[in-house]
Amino acid sequence: MSSSGASDGRTSAASGSLVVPGDKICTETGGQLGHGVMKLDGSIIATKLGYVVEKGGEVSVTPLHTAYFPRPGDLVLGYIEGMRANIWFIDLGAPFNAILPMSLAPMKVEFGGTRDAMNVGTAILCRVQEIDESHSSVVTMKGMGLRKVNSGFVDTVPPHLVSLLSSGGDAILSQLKDASNCRIILCANGRIWVDGEPEGIRVVRDILAFIRNNADSDNLSSKVGNHLKQGNGE
Amino acid sequence: MGYGDVQMIDEKGNRVDGRKAGDLRPIEIEMGVVPVADGSASVRWGTNYVIASIYGPMEAHPRKIQRQERAVLDVRYNMAPFSTTDRFRPGFNRRSREISKVTAEALESVVLLELYPRSKIRVEIEVICAEAGTRCVGLTAASLALADAGIPMTDLVVSVASGKINDVVVCDLNKEEDNYGEADLPMGILPNSGELVFLQMDGDLSPEQFQEAWDYNMNAAMEIHVMMKEAIANKYGGES
Repeated sequence: MSSSGASDGRTSAASGSLVVPGDKICTETGGQLGHGVMKLDGSIIATKLGYVVEKGGEVSVTPLHTAYFPRPGDLVLGYIEGMRANIWFIDLGAPFNAILPMSLAPMKVEFGGTRDAMNVGTAILCRVQEIDESHSSVVTMKGMGLRKVNSGFVDTVPPHLVSLLSSGGDAILSQLKDASNCRIILCANGRIWVDGEPEGIRVVRDILAFIRNNADSDNLSSKVGNHLKQGNGE
Repeated sequence: MGYGDVQMIDEKGNRVDGRKAGDLRPIEIEMGVVPVADGSASVRWGTNYVIASIYGPMEAHPRKIQRQERAVLDVRYNMAPFSTTDRFRPGFNRRSREISKVTAEALESVVLLELYPRSKIRVEIEVICAEAGTRCVGLTAASLALADAGIPMTDLVVSVASGKINDVVVCDLNKEEDNYGEADLPMGILPNSGELVFLQMDGDLSPEQFQEAWDYNMNAAMEIHVMMKEAIANKYGGES
């Protein structure tokens, strides 16, 4: 059966342009493939909806939306979702719960005493220790700063914005800390712990809502800066 | 008077709704219409109105449905009780199960399921208003919603149906043409490669008529693909 009507070739997309799955980004040149792209019939095509990024010979697509997948070493904020006699199950906001063995808890726990140590709903700061190819992951609470979270509040941003919030000279995170005078911990799974005065927390919540609503726009960092200035009456 | 006697296209080639043989019904696409979903899209296609939303990837439950090497697509096509002129009895029936199955199989051809072992991706297709061709609209909306959710795919899927009325092959059947027509050929097409991921046929078409319906569907798919990209660009900015 002929395939008349099908497009003869995919048109190439320039760096910074919006691509949808299946769009051709460029012809395969032997360079490295980044996130959100794949090789197909001698071309590099987008597999995700997002913006094309070409940096140092590597082509990738920065997705507009994505799910969090843990990687070893990630600092994450999780919630206890269940337990057995010697392990806890942790909700990291990923497709699969992680496990926290009793041996990696920050306190001494007797066998069968997991519920007394940390009950369902407890928020914890932990680090991803290992993960296998079937997405089973183990987290640890042994390390500096890893602990139960007993104060402040937790907000969220889309996980793909975490690097944007924390990187660069005028990082949004630094601006937020300066503007709110709060303690803020940004975790790789998009959860943010904020602790401080109520007024500072209000500023952070306002900015995080602004970031969520403008997640897809260009120059988010400068927009957040302007929004902060407006909020301060400057 | 039999079904074949109903005059649905005049000698000038005008159909009952004024379209020519190769014309599509008006199509409006909107992305991100369900805030609580991981991805969503709505498609108005003629009088059809379908919302598709995506949840996941998430751990597959019950565990017996898990696949160790890939994710599973859990597609649920459902028509709202008020979507048709006669009240549609709510809940799953044989038709909705069949459409859910063929939609899942079409989408499995493009979604990179091997990236999410043991996971499940829930695809909910809700038909709010039904005219004709809801399975095509549902499949198109689901592929947009998957892209909106950031699920990796090799291509979008565009689905469209052509058929035969009064022995004339026409594109994108409306309700009357679907009810009283002689054949219906819904197809799921990958617009970038022209590959086929879904094909059904109801009624009889000669080889020439089949080729004509095929060509109508292919051309319509390219047209709809442009609309889909425009809708995405409208929502998220940039020139798609």
